[in-house]
Amino acid sequence: MMGPVLRATLLKALVVLLCFGLVAPIVVVTIASFSGDGYLKFPPEAFSLRWYERFLGDHRWRSAIMNSLFIGLLTSIFSTVIGFLAAYALMRGQFRFKAVIASLLLMPVIVPHIITAVAVYFLSARMGLVGVRPWISVAHTVVALPIVLVILQSALRTVDPALERAAMVFGCSRFGVFRRVVLPLALPGIVSAALFSFLTSFDELVISLFLAGIRSETLPVRIWNSLLLEVEPTIAAVSTLLIAVTALALAIDAVIRKLRGGTMAALR
Amino acid sequence: MPLGRLAGWLMLAPALALLFGVFLLPIGWFLAGSLTDFASFAEFWEEAQDVLFSGTILRVLLNTNGIGAAVTLLVLVIGYPVSYALSRAKGLVFTAILLCIVLPYFTSTIVRTYAWMVLLGRTGLINQILLGLGLIDAPLELMYNRTGVIIGMTYVLLPYMVLTLFAAMKAVDPRLLQAAEGMGASPATVFFRVFMPLTLHGVIAGVLITFILAIGFFVTPALMGGPDDIMIAMLIEREVELTQNWPAAAMMTIVLLVVTLLLYAVYSRFADREAPR
Repeated sequence: MMGPVLRATLLKALVVLLCFGLVAPIVVVTIASFSGDGYLKFPPEAFSLRWYERFLGDHRWRSAIMNSLFIGLLTSIFSTVIGFLAAYALMRGQFRFKAVIASLLLMPVIVPHIITAVAVYFLSARMGLVGVRPWISVAHTVVALPIVLVILQSALRTVDPALERAAMVFGCSRFGVFRRVVLPLALPGIVSAALFSFLTSFDELVISLFLAGIRSETLPVRIWNSLLLEVEPTIAAVSTLLIAVTALALAIDAVIRKLRGGTMAALR
Repeated sequence: MPLGRLAGWLMLAPALALLFGVFLLPIGWFLAGSLTDFASFAEFWEEAQDVLFSGTILRVLLNTNGIGAAVTLLVLVIGYPVSYALSRAKGLVFTAILLCIVLPYFTSTIVRTYAWMVLLGRTGLINQILLGLGLIDAPLELMYNRTGVIIGMTYVLLPYMVLTLFAAMKAVDPRLLQAAEGMGASPATVFFRVFMPLTLHGVIAGVLITFILAIGFFVTPALMGGPDDIMIAMLIEREVELTQNWPAAAMMTIVLLVVTLLLYAVYSRFADREAPR
């Protein structure tokens, strides 16, 4: 039988190793993207920005960035607005089938994206919507909405209904309560929802693959198309950009959570 | 503040319109439209037999289940100790472990797949290290085969398992473990007789959600697999993009959809349940 100290040490070592394995691929790609070598070698023998020059110097990659940003921002706006209304209704509303509706709205994360993608493509091809960027945002909104709902429902749970009633008693209109009480209190959650729905769209590949056509290739679609040909280092630079966007979104979210903790403590 | 019935429905309307218009309706239309595109039932039946009982689909279903099972098992074995450590950790250690899980979790699937393609290639880091240590004489074939698919998918799906298990482990009352210890149980007994049974529903939920996501996977097996690793989602894509055989795509979609929904129904029973008392 192992001693408790030995066992604890072994578990720690194992967990450190596994955590290292979880981040290592991301770190390796980031470092490799600054390589000055002609092909992907790790560790790189020389450092340079040549792959970034190649990435940003190519107008097709640049237009992919613009497409991804445009589609991501629009998805973020669509899903946050629609999701907020739905989350509020599910929170405060009293109607039948509430549980059914709530679980139905979460279905798009369970149904494989390939099915959603093929089905929406089937519809889009008949309506000439392939390659239309706002339409891609609408399709992304379907898969971003469940995430937004989960975030906003937990944010709204912290909004005390008594505060809303109090505002009403003091003569605030229904819309006024919404604007002056609910929105400010739920604001951190709303920002989180906007961030993560943007990320969902920015990172989404399968639906974009079917709907982008040649006109509206997003970053993941372009990565996919070039990966089918070869594992070239330019993609390391593109990947690093996507990783940086993810890290930035997580950092902003963490800061907001901290601030929210602060305001909540101040209220108490 | 309670919301009127009308106001409630009005606020839900955009979300429901989206769900119906851009999710349920297209899936229904795609399935119905593709499957009714036959002159007679006999013709439909012939196509159905061609698609559903062909050697290809059987092999693909076997691949899908085999890869899904292998990945789920690996994810559980790797995820369990990580979740356990996360559920016991505090402060900076907790944040560090969480970051190691959350950063990959929110990084694009294609970026994570690419990262492993860089590591596993013939001249990739893993082969370089193994060659450098003298453990192997020639580079291992780690990619464009089953090994590559399983490694890549395990990496992509690991965070789902860890976060599911974490929720279950966090809910275990530490006083129960202390009580068992206080009454003389060995650490192994505490773990196997108290901790494991209390987190079993989390394990089942984690296994189900990982398997559900694995069998619908497309990006990783398509990029990292070889010709023998075709999964059902790839076959659906191929029928649509290459051969434009919509009826075949629809039939395979139904198979994948039904299996997914059935497993999800079982999952829901375990996911929302409180830890057994």
